[in-house]
Amino acid sequence: MIRSAKMLKVGESSGLSKWIAGIIVTFYALVTVMPLLWIVATSFKSPPDSISYPPQIVFEPTLEGYVNLFTERSRQTDEYIEKLGPPETWYEEIVRERNMVVTGPSRFAGRYWNSIFIGFGSTFLAVVLGTMAAYGFSRFKVPLKDDLLFFILSTRMMPPIAVAIPIYLMYRELGLSDTALGMIILYTAVNVSLAVWLLKGFVDEIPREYEDAALIDGYSRFQAFIKVVLPQMKAGIAATAIFCLIFAWNEYAFALLLTSGNAQTAPPFIPAIIGEGGLDWPAVSAGTTLFLLPIVIVTVVLRNQLLRGITFGAVRK
Amino acid sequence: MATIEIQNLCKTYGDFVAVRESSFTIQDGEFFVMLGPSGCGKTTTLRMIAGLEVPTAGHIHLGGEEITYSPGSQRNIAFVFQLFALYPHMSVQDNIGFPLKVQGVSRKERKNKVEEVARMLQIDHILKQGVGGLSSGDRQRVALGRALVRDAQAFLMDEPLGALDAEFRDLMCEELRLLHNRVGATTVYVTHDQVEAMSMADRICVMEKGEVLQIATPDEIYARPTSKFVGGFIGSPSMNFLPAQGGIDSGAKSLAVKGGEVAIPEMYQAITSDSAWIGARPEHITLSDQGALRGETVSVEYMGSRQLVVVDTECGRLRVRSDNHIPVKTGDNVGLDFDADALVVFDGHTEKAIDSALFGGTAHG
Ligand SMILES: Nc1ncnc2c1ncn2[C@@H]1O[C@H](COP(=O)(O)OP(=O)(O)OP(=O)(O)O)[C@@H](O)[C@H]1O
Ligand SMILES: [Mg+2]
Repeated sequence: MIRSAKMLKVGESSGLSKWIAGIIVTFYALVTVMPLLWIVATSFKSPPDSISYPPQIVFEPTLEGYVNLFTERSRQTDEYIEKLGPPETWYEEIVRERNMVVTGPSRFAGRYWNSIFIGFGSTFLAVVLGTMAAYGFSRFKVPLKDDLLFFILSTRMMPPIAVAIPIYLMYRELGLSDTALGMIILYTAVNVSLAVWLLKGFVDEIPREYEDAALIDGYSRFQAFIKVVLPQMKAGIAATAIFCLIFAWNEYAFALLLTSGNAQTAPPFIPAIIGEGGLDWPAVSAGTTLFLLPIVIVTVVLRNQLLRGITFGAVRK
Repeated sequence: MATIEIQNLCKTYGDFVAVRESSFTIQDGEFFVMLGPSGCGKTTTLRMIAGLEVPTAGHIHLGGEEITYSPGSQRNIAFVFQLFALYPHMSVQDNIGFPLKVQGVSRKERKNKVEEVARMLQIDHILKQGVGGLSSGDRQRVALGRALVRDAQAFLMDEPLGALDAEFRDLMCEELRLLHNRVGATTVYVTHDQVEAMSMADRICVMEKGEVLQIATPDEIYARPTSKFVGGFIGSPSMNFLPAQGGIDSGAKSLAVKGGEVAIPEMYQAITSDSAWIGARPEHITLSDQGALRGETVSVEYMGSRQLVVVDTECGRLRVRSDNHIPVKTGDNVGLDFDADALVVFDGHTEKAIDSALFGGTAHG
């Protein structure tokens, strides 16, 4: 409250600085949004349009990229295609214009589902474990509390990929290689330290008196945690969940190393499209666009909580 | 409603003793105030009564029943917290009705009770609002409502007015006391503000460093503090302490101080240590030319019909509350007279009061 009032004052006192700030923010937004817009646009272009020079701003939109992303196709002679008769589906029609026929679904849908399952699964676990650990660390006398907290934090001090080889060997021995369970465990392990630290800050901010009041009013400790503490942690949990989700969703190196068929996620799959049938930019862009979508949706849905959460309690309610 | 009996209650955190061997009984329907400086263990004692803290040793009885180790939820005690601890995600009526909801009281009965309590506290018009936008006074009332709604055996309040503005505090003080008169619930009220304590309490319990020093009615505690600390802590401006000669037999009626001799209530007890303190409240010293002690006026502060005169004497700086028709100004050399019957003598070593005619044989030094 106080903070925003102050900022307003500074802004009012100098119209020029307000303008400069506005211009910088707009410029920054453009710079970051441009590539995204370009990817989305490319996903609706036909392959020739996507590589034409000069690049086309105005073009005839087509779903060819998306069709190519979701299907396997093979090139056929004109006579063969004529013999097949008229196309039965809208996507057959698009494909035949390039003298091809659909031979089956591609593996993208499966990979995408893997990403969702692993990403959200590990985020859920990390947040649940993190919340409980953070509450424990914040409220109870835990032997060696400081050392434990430091140890948890220290797992983030090196890049996770530094332990790639041991994890690869361990997973092979345990049969966790290329399984969704293995990836969920891995991402949860990486995220839980971040979750504990972020969430402990939020729990520390909640006065103990709320729980004391609930305890006296007749709740058990666990009920007080669920009914009184959790609702007040919403913003913190939302912010933490987004951070965890973004990490798990974007993670590339471990996914490439530990998964191949079964549990492969979207990040290592999308570049593989490039290798499959020449440079099919619209298909790659379509994959990227779809890949970006869940994070955008989650962020938009949680944006109110996030705004409060990301300031890390700096702004008093 | 019920009495609360505390026996030899102790709480230690590691080596640190937060509460030391406390014993006292809070009567049924009494407004009992625990008073002491910050960190003296008031909150810790209260939390042990509430069941939020487990005592290291000792016993607590509520209405004759031992509750020392039973969980807070089973004690039927209501607690009003300093920061009110209203649940921010609930409306006013949900906040007040919360304890009933936990107890499984039906929705209809809950509604009736909440409305009854709200009417009593005059907050029935804001029942539907969230607690976020309330003024601190209304928050205070909602917190009280949550305590009142449940027919608890006792009310515990930890500096419930601490978060209010000074001006509002006086008003709430009055309201709280009136409420208590009406409800008649056994109340334990914690504060570090002696004015608050004096104006509200039936009895005051003064604590220092985890120890109970004195339990008495406000006027008793004001007139007959049993220790130097209590004398100094209660009253504003505070009690003057004059260093005096010790080693006096019982029966003495005056004490030698630097620069004079001060008449005191007859001693019923000998002062065994070689030094003593004479405690004199500012209103028990008068400006008088033939006074026992002389000194130089350092400042004069007008306070309505009275004036506070600060005088430097050989016994240190003394505060005198005198009628303001006596003309005095800074720099004047004045004589001071003491109201002999009202003076308290403390042992120089133990700082406990010495039994005298003032105590009438009741002090145990
Ligand atoms: N959980 C704890 N661990 C260690 N020391 C504690 C703990 N709780 C309280 N203390 C110590 O016990 C002493 C008494 O604390 P308490 O809260 O009862 O004081 P208080 O009289 O209520 O003071 P205040 O007026 O500041 O609220 C303090 O010195 C405090 O530091
Ligand atoms: Mg306290």
